[in-house]
Amino acid sequence: MSYILAKSLIVLVALLIAVGVFCLRLYRRLWVNLRHGQPSGTFGQWGTRIQGLLKFVGAQFRLFRVLLPGTAHFFIFWGFLLLSLTILQAIVEGLLSFRDPHFVLPIIGTLGPLALLQDLFTVFVTAAVLYDLSVRLFVNPPRYEGSHNAQAATVLGYILTIMVSLSVMNGIRINLGDLPAPSWRPVSTLVGGLFRGLDPQAQFTIGEVAYWIHLGVVLLFLTELPEGKHFHVVTSIPAVLLRNLEPAGRLPAASDLDGAPGIGAIENFHWRAMLDFFTCTECGRCQDVCPAFASAHTLSPKLLMMSLRDHLKERGRTWEKQTSSGTGESTKVLLGDVVSEEALWACTTCYACDQECPLFIGHLPLIVNMRRRLVIDGRVDSELQDALANLGRYGNSFGQSERARARWTQTLDPKIKDARREPVEYLWFVGDYASYSPALTEITLKTAQVFQKAGLDFGILYEGERNAGNDVRRAGEEGLYEMLAEKNVGVLSTCSFEKIITTDPHSYNTLKNEYGFNGSSRHPVLHVAELLDQLIASGALNLHNDLGSKVTYHDPCYLGRYNGIYDSPRRVIRATGCNLVEMPRHGDRAACCGAGGGRIWMKEGEMLERPSEARVREAISLDGVGTLVTTCPKDVSMFRDAVKTTGNEDRLVVRDLIELVHAAL
Amino acid sequence: MSADAYVVIEHLRGQVADISYVMLAAARELVRDSDGKVVAILLGHKARELSTDLSADEVLYVDHPDLKDFIPDAYQAVLVGLIKEHQPRAVLMGNTSIGADIAGALSVTLDLPLVSSCRQLTSDGKFVCQICGGKILAEGALPEPASLVTMTPGAHKAENGRATTPPTVTDAQAPSLEGLRTQLRKYIEPEAADVDISKESLLIAVGRGIQNQDNIALAEELAKAMGGTVCGSRPVVDQGWLATSRLVGKSGKHVKPKVYLALGISGAPEHAEAIVDSDVIIAVNTDPAAPIFDIAKYGAEVDMFDVLPPLTEQVKQAKG
Amino acid sequence: MNIAVLAKLVPDLVEELSIDASGAKLDTSFARLIVNEFDDHAIEEGILLKERFGGQVTILAPDDEGIDDVLFTAAAKGANRLLKLKGISAMETSSHALARAYADVVLELKPDLVLAGVQAHNDLDGSVGSLLAGMLNLPYVGYVSGISMQDGQAALRKEYPAGLIAELQVTPPAVLGIQAAEQPPRYVAVSKVRQAMKSSSIEERTVAPTESPAVPHIGRMFKPEAAQHATMLAGAPDEIAEKLVKIFKEIGVI
Repeated sequence: MSYILAKSLIVLVALLIAVGVFCLRLYRRLWVNLRHGQPSGTFGQWGTRIQGLLKFVGAQFRLFRVLLPGTAHFFIFWGFLLLSLTILQAIVEGLLSFRDPHFVLPIIGTLGPLALLQDLFTVFVTAAVLYDLSVRLFVNPPRYEGSHNAQAATVLGYILTIMVSLSVMNGIRINLGDLPAPSWRPVSTLVGGLFRGLDPQAQFTIGEVAYWIHLGVVLLFLTELPEGKHFHVVTSIPAVLLRNLEPAGRLPAASDLDGAPGIGAIENFHWRAMLDFFTCTECGRCQDVCPAFASAHTLSPKLLMMSLRDHLKERGRTWEKQTSSGTGESTKVLLGDVVSEEALWACTTCYACDQECPLFIGHLPLIVNMRRRLVIDGRVDSELQDALANLGRYGNSFGQSERARARWTQTLDPKIKDARREPVEYLWFVGDYASYSPALTEITLKTAQVFQKAGLDFGILYEGERNAGNDVRRAGEEGLYEMLAEKNVGVLSTCSFEKIITTDPHSYNTLKNEYGFNGSSRHPVLHVAELLDQLIASGALNLHNDLGSKVTYHDPCYLGRYNGIYDSPRRVIRATGCNLVEMPRHGDRAACCGAGGGRIWMKEGEMLERPSEARVREAISLDGVGTLVTTCPKDVSMFRDAVKTTGNEDRLVVRDLIELVHAAL
Repeated sequence: MSADAYVVIEHLRGQVADISYVMLAAARELVRDSDGKVVAILLGHKARELSTDLSADEVLYVDHPDLKDFIPDAYQAVLVGLIKEHQPRAVLMGNTSIGADIAGALSVTLDLPLVSSCRQLTSDGKFVCQICGGKILAEGALPEPASLVTMTPGAHKAENGRATTPPTVTDAQAPSLEGLRTQLRKYIEPEAADVDISKESLLIAVGRGIQNQDNIALAEELAKAMGGTVCGSRPVVDQGWLATSRLVGKSGKHVKPKVYLALGISGAPEHAEAIVDSDVIIAVNTDPAAPIFDIAKYGAEVDMFDVLPPLTEQVKQAKG
Repeated sequence: MNIAVLAKLVPDLVEELSIDASGAKLDTSFARLIVNEFDDHAIEEGILLKERFGGQVTILAPDDEGIDDVLFTAAAKGANRLLKLKGISAMETSSHALARAYADVVLELKPDLVLAGVQAHNDLDGSVGSLLAGMLNLPYVGYVSGISMQDGQAALRKEYPAGLIAELQVTPPAVLGIQAAEQPPRYVAVSKVRQAMKSSSIEERTVAPTESPAVPHIGRMFKPEAAQHATMLAGAPDEIAEKLVKIFKEIGVI
């Protein structure tokens, strides 16, 4: 048999096998498993979705948050797209070899500028791959802890091999005059130069070997694609396209699938969530920003996704067997074996992981859903149990009577309006911590004074207020959340007001994004930072004093990442005459204080370093900064404690934004 | 029918409990203006010598092998007989794991009124009960002609129930104790304690205000600096933050140190009764209304986390 | 195993308590009621016994505002029957009268064990469990913190001060006063309780309370006034620390 005939046959067979294996694995991974998942509802807002695809996949937007690896990936991604055409060429050339051994695809194979791009990208990709390999092999950053590094290095090896073999193949064909548009291929020409000394037959042989290596590795990679983290090559596009467009601060409703809310088994997940398991690239960016991981290594969002993926694969095998024989072996239990309870409870719901993930994997809703099942099963630690019992009984986590909620107002004169009895413009939802924590009463009083100075027509709900329920919901106690929300909405619906204001970002988040108010009119909800910004801008609040101190600002999770409010507090700080210096982790990278998601109600556990202490140390690292400003009562509590426990009382003072404004009046 | 006050002596494994002496003092007060006697009822087996320091006019001692340890059924059977026979004015039992087990059945069987959780008896026949965690006191006249009372430490001091000269002991016959439905199998000792806090002279006590296990280290540091021992109230031990050997309270140990530094402890009755014999109690609590301030000599209305670091530092400096 | 658990509500001590106009009773109009902590442990222990040894758990309670929630929560934990005694309120009834009201119903249930909290903080005439045992002529052991069934006998752990435990054996039927369940009362999610409200029902028995002469008459109820009060040290934490060190030196501990 002639070589060109053999070539066609081999390419055909190899292609069929590779595609066959790929499709079979695709079927097993996606179809079998996702079919067992729950319906994900309909998807809309296609305009936004397509735009997202262009921005986040096309422009690789989130990848640049970690600059060098992000840039490298940008080139690998675009190189992949551009050079996939050369793969197509190689396949068609192979199949048609018996007819025309020099077959070249029209346009794709001949267009000069395209050839130039491809040639340049071969270099870019090679450089990127070499950079990535050096990171994998020599730098080994902490975010790769737990990732399959051997697999990653192997694939990088594949890509490198594909690039090199392509260049060698092209270079030799240029030498033999067998490649269109050679003047547009400087790189290939250069590579070809290495072989120009050899006789044509030898060059041809080497060229063909390069071809086989090139095609072989590509087909091998294709078959391996669905197995590991490189499946994201296939799943990333549907994942980004179908990402969750609901506001970050709005959790999905609790589904009742097998008699109980929440998720207790892998098949309780929506198929869309299952797609996320296969989309995780094990990049570890989420792990790098996770406060639970940094403080105690109890939770890694990355390892969570990987465990879920592996468990789904395992269950998938059982489901396959089930169709042919009996019940199939019982495998591990989701809650406890696959995902530890400790890991699930360690989450502070700070949203850093979801914010960071380049492929919009939603870690948070999964964690909350699994927590919902733990709560139903009573698998709750005793401290959290006490807090939930207090919230259910007294409407606050402090275990104090609801009648004591407004005790902080006793010294005020004139009395704050009772919004339950008279109409007000601004209904001030005070929140548990501001009401009950003795250490924070001073700040609450100052808040009232600032409102009064600004001439606001405001009132509070006094004993009618209950915990807004944001963290109750994130702790997985959906029933208690509903009960609290019902009570609050019940009281609010009897009041007459225009806007709701609050100093607590947690209450703000749920009031704004999750509360369904009776009637069609939804009242605007403002955080005090937004309000102060507006009042200062409009002149309603005049700041006479220039504080002049050097401060830094901590973005509360539920104000910043969840609701995008970064600028108003900064404008307010500058308006008080303070000199604002940013911490390394600020804005949407702000590091959580560790109190959210109900964590403040749970046993602390063993810690390498408390998140709040790490943050205080970060603030102190700034030269000349003596004040840490934030605008969340829990943040103030946590950071003040951390200042004490790290022995920095002389070095750093923690202030609420209101205190700055109050001092600047 | 007599004016006598009977006291059921509580003893466990060869030791007479403090409450017995408290009750003897209360009984003494009750009969002060009458011709009634204070009669101690001692049930046991080969336990006669436990009567030596009881401040009673008479001790009725019933010896039976089945009375070697406290069995509610057995005590009930004996006491029903004794009370029916002698018909005293009042029978005092402890509001404890011994007294409270028998008071109910005795009240029903003998059809006698029962006053529980009583902290004080007066010579004019009044009782004062302590209820609702010590927040409420209820006063009334001790029902006539006879009443049962379960007593809790309060107005009467144990030292007033101790005698220097042994009282007269009269033997009384035990009824048949056949067919007891309750039996003792064995005792389980508490885990070997590294330290016996009831013998320590400097105690640093933490309450719920310590908030979590890690903060105990702050108290430990002060204890180390001062040469004292850390102990705690029930919530702290229930959470597992301190060993049970460190529990101070009604169900834990009674302590009588020179100094009892109470940090973040509210001073509920079950804890208070176990520390009142301290020389000096110093209380640190953010709640000015905490009952601990009513039994402490010195107090500070401050957050313990604010005062612990400077205190530890200054103690270290003072000791050089 | 047939288990009956007696549960009742008591004033919640988190709230301010006040005496009513007569000066001899608690003012119940504003008092918040909460399940007696020890009764809550009794419910938990009853459920644990059912989980371990099988059988039925019946919860009995007098009628007070808020008792339904307690009963449904017990049902959500696994209690089989919920029995409310109508016509009798824990706040208005002495322990003797309550025990008498329970007696007939309990006889009917023929339980192997009756579990009740060892005490309630507002008891003035003893604990309901111990009185009920006397009325039914059943053995009673209080301060129980562990129960196990072995060969038809109930093996108990009874708590004494300073961590000492006695292991006792009782022949059922018996009444036990629970100090603590073997694990803290489990958490029941609000949605589970709401579900129990739909799937379970509370049986009602009307009882006419009989007042017993065995109950002491209260002439006066009042809040204690402290005979003394601590000498308060004032100032910043540093200053307080200084004063404390001075006191320690005076006493001679440092």
